[in-house]
Amino acid sequence: MSALEDVGRDTATFLEYAGGVANLIGESATFIGRLRIRVNETFSQAYLLGVNSWTIVLLTSLFTGMVFSLESAVQAVQYGIGNLVGGVVAFTTARELGPMLTAVVVAGRAGAAIAAEFGSMVVTEQIEALQSLGLSPIRMLVVPRLVALIVMLPILTVFGDIISVLGGMLVANIYANISYDSFLASVRSTLPFGDVVRGLVKSLVFAVIIVAIGSYQGLNTRGGAAGVGKATTGAVVTSIILIFIFNFALSYILFRQNA
Amino acid sequence: MPEVWARLEDVSIRYGPKVVMQNLSLDIVDGAITCIIGLSGAGKSTILRLLNGLKRPDAGRVFVRGQEISTLRERDLISIRQTIGFSFQFAALFDSLTIGENVALPLREHTKMSGEEIDKLVSETLESVGLGNVESRYPSELSGGMVKRAGFARAVISNPQCVLYDEPTTGLDPIITHILTNTIKKLRDRLNGTAVVVSHDLGSIYMMADYVAMLFEGAIIAYGTVDELRRSPNPIVQQFLQGSEVGPIPI
Repeated sequence: MSALEDVGRDTATFLEYAGGVANLIGESATFIGRLRIRVNETFSQAYLLGVNSWTIVLLTSLFTGMVFSLESAVQAVQYGIGNLVGGVVAFTTARELGPMLTAVVVAGRAGAAIAAEFGSMVVTEQIEALQSLGLSPIRMLVVPRLVALIVMLPILTVFGDIISVLGGMLVANIYANISYDSFLASVRSTLPFGDVVRGLVKSLVFAVIIVAIGSYQGLNTRGGAAGVGKATTGAVVTSIILIFIFNFALSYILFRQNA
Repeated sequence: MPEVWARLEDVSIRYGPKVVMQNLSLDIVDGAITCIIGLSGAGKSTILRLLNGLKRPDAGRVFVRGQEISTLRERDLISIRQTIGFSFQFAALFDSLTIGENVALPLREHTKMSGEEIDKLVSETLESVGLGNVESRYPSELSGGMVKRAGFARAVISNPQCVLYDEPTTGLDPIITHILTNTIKKLRDRLNGTAVVVSHDLGSIYMMADYVAMLFEGAIIAYGTVDELRRSPNPIVQQFLQGSEVGPIPI
């Protein structure tokens, strides 16, 4: 009986969480649809959440491309298919690694920042202050971050894709003597432009996940400083898990024909 | 009979297993300063949140100017909240905005006033609470008393019908407390409106209250003018007013 109760309670908690996040996304979409967007705040958030993430995206993308090339280039040359390395690196990066890794590092940075900021605002009654002034926290706080990251995450992903391919190209050249021309020719012949675009569609979904989960966790913070820490950790962990799940689902939907 | 600005009718609230209010009823008189007193954790601040819809009762009804607000949707509460100022215990100013931007926020979001008009009104309102030349400073650069006054300014800048003050003088020295108490009275006179003040500070309450309600164990156990409260035969009220350890209030 107690196990059943636990399952029931957990199910109710999950449904409440999922409903809350869906409601937050729905309300945000309504404000965006009515163009009730705070433009200056959106630019400010695009800088804070997007532009300020470029170094971390650069480093993770660079080393991911480099290690991928390191693992595949020598063996590919040994099997006489060194001319395919560029294509393999670019193909995997644009479709899977680029969007997912960029989203994961941005979730760690921006998602945590959103949850911590909103959590602190809850604890210091600033969210209630907004409501008491007749202002919606969704419009004032969530919508600018959502619009900012929907714009910035695909840009960061393209940036990460390019850096990853360049890193792979460098290592392939140094480590397996694959020329830059051969590498780039392989990239051009193997990677359809449509795959890059579909990879960016993933980024749009990941941006919504990062902001929605970070905002929901932050706005539902309970308790003091410990509550803020819990909300922040919860936001990062939940976002990353959802990014992996949605990445699989989106790959299945977007790349099914190619597969 | 004085006119009623707001009414709590048989309101019950619980936080988990803890019953905070049980069939509580209270009328807030229009144009008067009503102070709510009671032990820490008795639910005084919850009453303020009920009055502007930040908190919904588990049972019972809340009326503001005759309109039931306890069943309104969030979006329908916006117009009600624009007529009610709220001064929070720790001011709840937005850290990322300057004092001027904090005070101007409701005007920028809800009116079509020009930037110059808003700036002028912000300066005047800050002056009216005794704050001059602080518009460009951030909340973290001001003292506790100044932050509270900036919170007052933000609460009253839209000329609300009623201002709710949550522990406006807690943690402040007697001089600032005296100044803030006078400020609340002046603001009520200026707005010609209603004020509801939650406070433990009996000195302030005696100075400003038209009516006092005492909350104890989820119900209003005493209500009246300051003199009526002082003469109350209720031993709980007397123990609270005297600050005595001895009496029926469980410590």
